[in-house]
Amino acid sequence: MRIRVDTDRCVGAGQCVLSAPDVFDQDDLGIVMVLAEPADEPAREAARQAGVICPSQAITVGES
Amino acid sequence: MTTVDKCPVAFPLRQPGQSFPPPQYLQFRKQQGLVSTTLPSGEHVWLVTRHEDVREVLTDPRISSNPSHPGFPRAAKTGGVPSQDEVPGWFVALDPPEHGRFRKTLIPEFTVRKVREMRPAIQQIVDERIDAMLAAGNTGDLIADFALSVPSLVISTLLGVPHADRDFFETKTRVLVTLTSTDEQRQAASKALLRYLNRLIVIKQKRPGDDLISRLLADGTLGKQELSGVSMLLLIAGHETTANNIGLGVVTLLSHPQWIGDERAVEELLRYYSVADLVAFRVAVEDVEIGGQLIRAGEGIIPLVAAANHDGTVFERPDEFDPSRSARSHVAFGYGVHQCLGQNLVRVEMDIAYRTLFERIPTLELAVPMTELPIKYDGVLYGLHSLPVRW
Ligand code: HEM
Repeated sequence: MRIRVDTDRCVGAGQCVLSAPDVFDQDDLGIVMVLAEPADEPAREAARQAGVICPSQAITVGES
Repeated sequence: MTTVDKCPVAFPLRQPGQSFPPPQYLQFRKQQGLVSTTLPSGEHVWLVTRHEDVREVLTDPRISSNPSHPGFPRAAKTGGVPSQDEVPGWFVALDPPEHGRFRKTLIPEFTVRKVREMRPAIQQIVDERIDAMLAAGNTGDLIADFALSVPSLVISTLLGVPHADRDFFETKTRVLVTLTSTDEQRQAASKALLRYLNRLIVIKQKRPGDDLISRLLADGTLGKQELSGVSMLLLIAGHETTANNIGLGVVTLLSHPQWIGDERAVEELLRYYSVADLVAFRVAVEDVEIGGQLIRAGEGIIPLVAAANHDGTVFERPDEFDPSRSARSHVAFGYGVHQCLGQNLVRVEMDIAYRTLFERIPTLELAVPMTELPIKYDGVLYGLHSLPVRW
């Protein structure tokens, strides 16, 4: 799974941190950062959900 | 499309005695294209009801949040807020890129982590309100005594309003959300609040504290006028919205006590009631097609988030309150760059409010039958005028 984040697009809603706290965090400015690649299937599913609900479409989740 | 144009539906759609959400939403979602309606102001607008279409409206760069564009929808009732379009710092009414300067400056204050750090302060506010309710007897109005106070006190804490001024602050903000306030009273209260915030900013310049206003002053991105406008926006955007959710949630949890204390209940309540159904108004600044409907430049658009949040293609059995579902893709906080800045704060406020209320007042119950609860059919936000309870 490849996760890309677009920090310019990010509006700091924090939805990804709530969905997949092991994968995403907000830096001191509230902007998205990737903590770690998802380690297992539940974490991958959570990362996918974060990609879908991100309000500014700043998260792209690729399956390869 | 033309046939729809000829028979606009009546607005507002919420009617006394009707079930919630408005039953027309189901029919609108099934209809091809979008629904045309006329606002009390006489303006023609498009109503958007499907989840996918609502998300599209709220992310399309050809669609604007700026009320200075011709054709921007104007609701007759403004929810107690005097026209604020010209208040500097009212960034919910700005489009990118101007919007970004404000949003980027504010988000460090509302991150998931930052809001978690506020938990003890919020817990204290909630406890003090409950102390006051218990001290006053064994009945009360949960809206007036609790739901409206908590968010106002939380915002004043965040902004750095001194304790001694909290009563003033709360009294003035209360005028803004009280239906029986006259326009003059609202305007006066709003002016008094802005004057107060301007003064507070001067004080914080001299004596900075551990609060949002002091931090933003130190940051320097926003001017003083902008900062008082931003503070006012935070206060207004987060007051009645949160209060209505707390009130409706208490009613729902009284009949679904198995979900008390479960965080999923908060998310489902946000989806289910979608109190800000009539909040995210927009206008097309170029021709754009949404849901198979051509929207012309200059036409107003209202994405109905309650309709989107009851879209059966996204949420199974959408009209059932079921916290075990995954409600996270709801658009109760909007979508796109304007998605609610205060959403994480709301989640924590609601969570603490429900847990603490039911823990400290385990015998809490409605003091009137459910069917007699006064619903705000006429307000911009969905909610209850009052919530008589006893214990
Ligand atoms: C349950 C409570 C709440 C609900 C349902 C709610 C709903 C919304 C919605 C739907 C929007 C989007 C408006 C648009 O797109 O035009 C929004 C924006 C906003 N909300 Fe909330 N809100 C709530 C509480 C709060 C709180 C507590 C605060 C502040 C502490 C707040 C501050 C804001 C701000 C500043 C914006 C504008 C964001 C921007 O333009 O970037 N809200 N809210």
